[in-house]
Amino acid sequence: MAHDASASHGHDVDYLNDGKTVWSWLSTIDHKRIGIMYLVTVLIFFGVAGLLAIGIRLEHWGPTRTIMGPDTYNKVFTLHGAIMVFMFIIPAIPSALGNFLLPLMLGAKDVAFPRLNLFSYYVFLFGATLAVVAILAGQGVDTGWTFYTPYSIKSQTGVILTVLGAFIMGMSSILTGLNFIATIHKLRAPGMTFHRMPLFVWATYATSIIQVLATPVIGITLLLLVAERVLKVGIFDPALGGDPVLFQHFFWFYSHPAVYIMILPGMGIISEIMPVFSRKPIFGYRAIAYSSLAIAAISFLVWGHHMFVSGQSDFSNIIFSFLTVLVAVPTAIKVFNWLSTMYKGSIKLDVPMLYALAFLFLFTIGGLTGIFLAALSIDVHLHDTYFIVAHFHYVMMGGTVMALFGGLHYWWPKFFGRMYPEKLGRFAWALVFFGFNLLFLPQFYIGGKGMPRRYYNYDPVYTLGHQVSTIGSLMVGFGLMLTLGYLFWAAKKGQKATQNPWGAKTLEWTDAASPPITHNFHGQPTVDNWPYEYKSERV
Amino acid sequence: MFWQSAYASTVGLPQSSTIAPTVDILYDFLVYLSVFFLILVTVVMVYFTVKYHRSKTGRETAYIVGSHTLETIWTVVPLVLMLFVFAWGLKGYREMRAPMKDPVEINIIGRQWLWNIEYTNGRKTLNELVLPKGKPVRLIMTSEDVLHSFFIPNFRIKQDVVPGRFTTLSFIATQPGVHIVFCAEYCGTAHSDMLAKAVVVEPEEFDEWTRTGKLPAHVNLNQIIGAVGAPTSVAAATGNGSSQPSQTPAERGKALAASKGCIACHSDNGTRMVGPSYKGIFGKKEEMADGTMVTVDENYIRKSLMDPNAQIVKGYTPSMPPFAGLLKDEEVNDLIAYIKSLK
Ligand code: HEC
Ligand SMILES: [Cu+2]
Repeated sequence: MAHDASASHGHDVDYLNDGKTVWSWLSTIDHKRIGIMYLVTVLIFFGVAGLLAIGIRLEHWGPTRTIMGPDTYNKVFTLHGAIMVFMFIIPAIPSALGNFLLPLMLGAKDVAFPRLNLFSYYVFLFGATLAVVAILAGQGVDTGWTFYTPYSIKSQTGVILTVLGAFIMGMSSILTGLNFIATIHKLRAPGMTFHRMPLFVWATYATSIIQVLATPVIGITLLLLVAERVLKVGIFDPALGGDPVLFQHFFWFYSHPAVYIMILPGMGIISEIMPVFSRKPIFGYRAIAYSSLAIAAISFLVWGHHMFVSGQSDFSNIIFSFLTVLVAVPTAIKVFNWLSTMYKGSIKLDVPMLYALAFLFLFTIGGLTGIFLAALSIDVHLHDTYFIVAHFHYVMMGGTVMALFGGLHYWWPKFFGRMYPEKLGRFAWALVFFGFNLLFLPQFYIGGKGMPRRYYNYDPVYTLGHQVSTIGSLMVGFGLMLTLGYLFWAAKKGQKATQNPWGAKTLEWTDAASPPITHNFHGQPTVDNWPYEYKSERV
Repeated sequence: MFWQSAYASTVGLPQSSTIAPTVDILYDFLVYLSVFFLILVTVVMVYFTVKYHRSKTGRETAYIVGSHTLETIWTVVPLVLMLFVFAWGLKGYREMRAPMKDPVEINIIGRQWLWNIEYTNGRKTLNELVLPKGKPVRLIMTSEDVLHSFFIPNFRIKQDVVPGRFTTLSFIATQPGVHIVFCAEYCGTAHSDMLAKAVVVEPEEFDEWTRTGKLPAHVNLNQIIGAVGAPTSVAAATGNGSSQPSQTPAERGKALAASKGCIACHSDNGTRMVGPSYKGIFGKKEEMADGTMVTVDENYIRKSLMDPNAQIVKGYTPSMPPFAGLLKDEEVNDLIAYIKSLK
């Protein structure tokens, strides 16, 4: 079924050369180009938010003022969190990689609604711009990315507009989610049953469901905030008879499922990389696929675990703690299944695989420390300390971002038809991996010792931990800059890639050229097996 | 002076309340459990990468698509472990929340960025929570403005302080000495300076203190257990009754500015914070919000402390809390001497 599409058919240009003007990009309805536009956009946000993070770490080199005042510091950590969450990590994998890969993996020409797809991109861009302008015009938002009331009501900064921006970006992810669900249901290649879909598609499917169901809540919250500000109806503000804790319920009812919007697609990437670089079938395909759905379902029921000391009732705390420990189970299943995939394989440690292994290690730490926080008595002590900060960075950055970079290296030859530089890639990976652990391991320790988060000044007993962390942040920053630098260099100047350099078995590799032609495939690919059929072979 | 517990837990903090050991033992269990699983995952991962590396030739890869037995094992084992952890955490939590018999009740009001503390007999303090050792205590807390959170790491307790409602914390302190209290819920500019001290004394000393306001001589408010004391605030503080005689009034004033929370809003170096800096204000003519001109002298400062909202300095919001009833006359004098000294 595989035939090298790049060879003869001269009349079919690849998607990168099908129109060279800027307008041809801005007005494209090609899912691949839209994916690349998302990618560039989110990576710019990643860079900005990353620099802000370095700013935070430099400030904490010493216990008191180092490079900025307290108000600046508060705005910096707010911006760092808000940009990373709403403008980078939520859209990164689904919108950028998902857009590019989903139709290719399904054997389709495009997503179900290509025009809607372009529209979603502009909605996203509009929301992001609005949020950034609101933040800059209002002299910065200093509420933390969580916008807790009543501080966010009292603080003079442009909260409403920023939340509006977040909601508009949410609209965009609803549209993308709908588009993906329709695509997965309707545009699979002949022969591709649900159980022959690549696991990345399964993960995207689960993610899309969460996006469609959870995002409206942030819209409702926004409307309530506006009603309160403009009409003076007491909803969240105690001064008007409202309840500030109610806001936390609304906020986490969206933002907790959003955590899984962030991590599930990352898990999908790992499920692709592990079998390809082990040359073995994925271990426990169905368990991995269904556990994505299980995680998506439970994710709607655990928001209260962010609020164990908020003053919510003891009874609610107990229920939420119980449901939260359950999430650990599907997560553990995945980790063990990925590990088993390597057993008796033929493992090659190219950069994508290195990132996948880094993911396994770091995500395991992120998951295990989550158990501490699910246990009620311990969370009381650890809540709002650096332990939390370290935990979610291990999950979000050690998990999602490592998966994203693994995925970028893995699919870069498909995106641009060129290879990234392998040696440089390994060096940068080492910097990122070791730097990351230097950055966040000490934060577990000082967090356990009580260091509260969002603290501008801190007690000198924590100095050493902070300094190690700062050194780690510089290593990570340097490593990531290097990586992005060589990736974009390679997109233009790298060694030419073959159609399927990794010997993978999913359709984007077996049936589409590198880079793919505008219509993805010559003719309609058909499927007669699952995409992990690595027969026993001699090494 | 650092108190050593018989059982050193991985938390790395002294266990200074009855609940602390209960929390720590589960924490330790989870640390060991996590280390075990992390090592397991890492060892397996490294072993497989080395053993099945593509360079190890002369063998065949296996065709394995899964194993029901194995998958059942790693569904059931984590599930059982997780339920066990849930139950254990619940047990500790119940102990934490159980109502105690005849507690000493103390009212706490949080506001940006200080803690007002009031005892049942009307004694008030600022950022200083004096507690009887070994006796049940119940804090009844609320906030005047935004969310705060009352967190005593050495006691392993924390509770958000919410405007418009009361939240409570019950505990029994076991270790005499001074413990740091953090505000753990982000509350704005001086969030990290919103510190207090929990001072645990013997029950008789506590009774004496509630009557007279005098802390026993052996209490040194600068010696905080397990912490250095935050550099900008409480560290420099010498609070009620324990100032050393050798200090000048201005030095005592400087310490008071820290312990009474003034430094959350006022700097001594000319930097504008929530309130004006003290530097150079003494003797200066200032414009008030209503347009009147005022010369900063002793009386004006006194009035600024007792009834700050009577006259608002132009360009600032009326956000300073009144200190009437919270500062003794000598303390006001010391603060004035300190402000005078900042030329
Ligand atoms: C919550 C913040 C806050 C705290 C805490 C605070 N102040 Fe103020 N203070 C202000 C603000 C704001 C102003 C200016 C508005 C006004 O005049 O009330 C001010 C004004 C003053 C002034 C008048 C300054 C001038 O230029 O005229 C003095 C003196 C002063 N404070 C002393 C103190 C002392 C001493 C303490 C500690 C016992 C203290 N403040 C605690 C916020 C605070
Ligand atoms: Cu606070």
